[in-house]
Amino acid sequence: MSDPAPLAVDMRGITKQFPGVLANDRVDFSVRHGEIHALVGENGAGKSTLMNELYGLVHPDSGEIVVDGKTAHIGGPRDAIALGIGMVHQHFMLIPVFSVGENIMLGREPVTGPDFYDRTRARVAINELTKRYGLALNPDARMDDLPVGLQQRAEIVKVLYRGANILILDEPTGVLTPQETKELFVVLRDLVKSGKTIIFISHKLKEVLDISDRITVMRRGRVVGHLITRDTNEEEIATLMVGREVLLRVDKKPATPGAVMMQVEDLTASSDHGVPALKGVSFDLRAGEILGIAGVEGNGQSELMEVLAGTRRATGGRVLLGGRDITTMDANTERDAGVAFIPEDRRGTGLVLAFSIAENTILGRERAPTFSWRHFVLRLVAIRDWARRLVKEFDVRTPSIDVAARNLSGGNQQKVIVAREMGSQPKVLLAAQPTRGVDIGAIEFIHRQIVKERDLGAAVLLVSAELDEVRSLSDRIAVMYEGRIVSIEPPDTPEERLGLLMTGGGVRAGAA
Amino acid sequence: MTAITDVLHLLITANLWQATLAAAVLLLLPALGGVISERSGVVNIAMEGMMLTGAFFGVTADLAWHNVWLATAVAMLAGGLMALIHAVVSIRFRADQIVSGIAINIFAAGITVFLVNRIYGLQDVGHVGQSELLPNLNIPGLEQIPFFGKVLFQQNVVVYVALIVLVLTHLVLFRTRLGLRIRAVGERPQAADTAGINVFMLRYGAVITSGLLSGLSGAFLAIGVSNTFVPNMTDGRGYIALAAMIFGKWTPFGAFVACLIFGLGEAVYANNSTIHISPYLLSMLPYLLTLIVLAGLVGRSTPPAADGLPYVPGSE
Repeated sequence: MSDPAPLAVDMRGITKQFPGVLANDRVDFSVRHGEIHALVGENGAGKSTLMNELYGLVHPDSGEIVVDGKTAHIGGPRDAIALGIGMVHQHFMLIPVFSVGENIMLGREPVTGPDFYDRTRARVAINELTKRYGLALNPDARMDDLPVGLQQRAEIVKVLYRGANILILDEPTGVLTPQETKELFVVLRDLVKSGKTIIFISHKLKEVLDISDRITVMRRGRVVGHLITRDTNEEEIATLMVGREVLLRVDKKPATPGAVMMQVEDLTASSDHGVPALKGVSFDLRAGEILGIAGVEGNGQSELMEVLAGTRRATGGRVLLGGRDITTMDANTERDAGVAFIPEDRRGTGLVLAFSIAENTILGRERAPTFSWRHFVLRLVAIRDWARRLVKEFDVRTPSIDVAARNLSGGNQQKVIVAREMGSQPKVLLAAQPTRGVDIGAIEFIHRQIVKERDLGAAVLLVSAELDEVRSLSDRIAVMYEGRIVSIEPPDTPEERLGLLMTGGGVRAGAA
Repeated sequence: MTAITDVLHLLITANLWQATLAAAVLLLLPALGGVISERSGVVNIAMEGMMLTGAFFGVTADLAWHNVWLATAVAMLAGGLMALIHAVVSIRFRADQIVSGIAINIFAAGITVFLVNRIYGLQDVGHVGQSELLPNLNIPGLEQIPFFGKVLFQQNVVVYVALIVLVLTHLVLFRTRLGLRIRAVGERPQAADTAGINVFMLRYGAVITSGLLSGLSGAFLAIGVSNTFVPNMTDGRGYIALAAMIFGKWTPFGAFVACLIFGLGEAVYANNSTIHISPYLLSMLPYLLTLIVLAGLVGRSTPPAADGLPYVPGSE
């Protein structure tokens, strides 16, 4: 591509003010025909706002949007669709109880008679599209019966059905397995070959380098860099994104595992829907090590963490903490026994959003003599001192400890939880998705804290949907698939092998 | 023993089933309204208030203009206007839809009593003449069929209308483009919006339709079954309709079956003096059954996913 193609999208001087935030500050953003253009930046950098403006969901305060050389007035998604712009949202815009066909047709349904939905014509149209782009899909399947990868495929077909030439993909790989990501990339390259233009929003730098032709970097509402992919590297992009140099690799010494801290024996449990989620999980967790659990979400990791933390009841098996049976203990007693838990649902389980930071830092420890007199009257001074110390030590960015947790950014909310859980000097730390939706800077910090906790002698069990995170933090990696641990691997196991294990392949017969 | 034979005797009389269907229709109309409203994602517990308002204005208009059709239109309009308030509050201002519904029910009870006193003073509201009531309509030929003729084809005109509305509601919701869109809006408005569908317009339309249907039911009650307005004459029927909607799992025919069951209870009580079932026990039945359904004892009853959630454009 030596000869620059004409511009498909040219956004000039876009400014958008939200209450309290300047989401876009005189942003210039342009995409050429037939390229894959990556738009990167941390949470809150203004990427989504910019793309929502292009798709008509949000209206910029000032600036100009030019599509295919013509000034465009995009009042809503309808206008964007008419201009050939399609968007695959991070949270799929799908209706789980509808069929694939109904989802794809929605808004542009073929009708017969007065207003009857024409299933036959819908099926024909979809089959034609899926054939043309090589995207196999069954139009009659119910959407919530499909794996995430196929749901995303349906989203892409939906966008193509509307005649999109410019496709915006918002964090498309966040929910995919490594295999699904690979398949997606094949699809994207094919789409570009057939003349489509793709805007790829992501914060996963490896993927950005892998798939894109050019990169635009945003930070705090501004564009801070235009890069050509083949002339740049991860470090450069990360530095631009964060505004300072970031350590992308986790810096840690080799582990020095000590005595077995937690023993899990043949543990079974059911999911919220009453179906078996854990089908006999066994492992040992030693002091001073990080055991990472890799797996596609929904293979029992969440349930495992909850059972270990005492918030879900086991249906069988045993959990021993330093030889003591804690299988049936509730969360409070476990906490007292030295188990700390960073839950995956930060806003629902980890914090009481309406409470202040100070109150949140003693959740679960409010009965400790340090914080209350006879479990009854809170010692407010001690609590405030404690909260101030944690806020300082864990670098929580907040004007004061009296601010409601709701008003913190995701990264700072997570830091409050991490601070609370680590502040109790636990014997065992259960960390579920500790950096989900958190900025690179905060990720770096939380990773360092987890390693520090390990070095202090805690046994750490880590669950993460990010394979990179599991690989870089763990001293051993357990792969979970359909409620079982199918294999325990060393940390330098190639991604391909882990990916294979995560999807039920590659296990020697008779193993696990 | 005689009680059981009495019940069996009662159950084979056409009169009982004729009354059951009429009672069921009083519930069916608001229940269908509820189904439509909630399928679009707006929780509607205000059918009681919309019915009551419809009943009052229906009687008032009929007394004033001596035209039952005009009165019925006025009743529907009154129900529709109450629904519009609910729609504006819950769609435009994104208020809690349960609170808005309760407020409308209380408001309707209050405003109708106030207006009765204001307009009619301390006297009776007055009675609508026989010729100005919603008429019974016997379908020629079909009415002669033994048993079924009496049950199905010797009914009030509103009963036929309700049955047509029932079929139409089912067809529209599950067979048409409009229905697909209404359900999409009730399941995931974000998905509908990004597909270029006007979420707000569909929700307004659905809520207002529920008001029109409830108002029609109010008219049937006040100037069909009865011939006057009495304060709080709906007597919880809007709530029973709500129960029927839940019992019927948010489907038109499911709601209809529930209405028939509840209507049967009412008809048994009204039609018989030999069986001594406490009326209080009977009137408890709909709620008891609803609790059983909600507890998941008769399969799961899942409302539309976005039911009760105001839509904020651009939200996830």
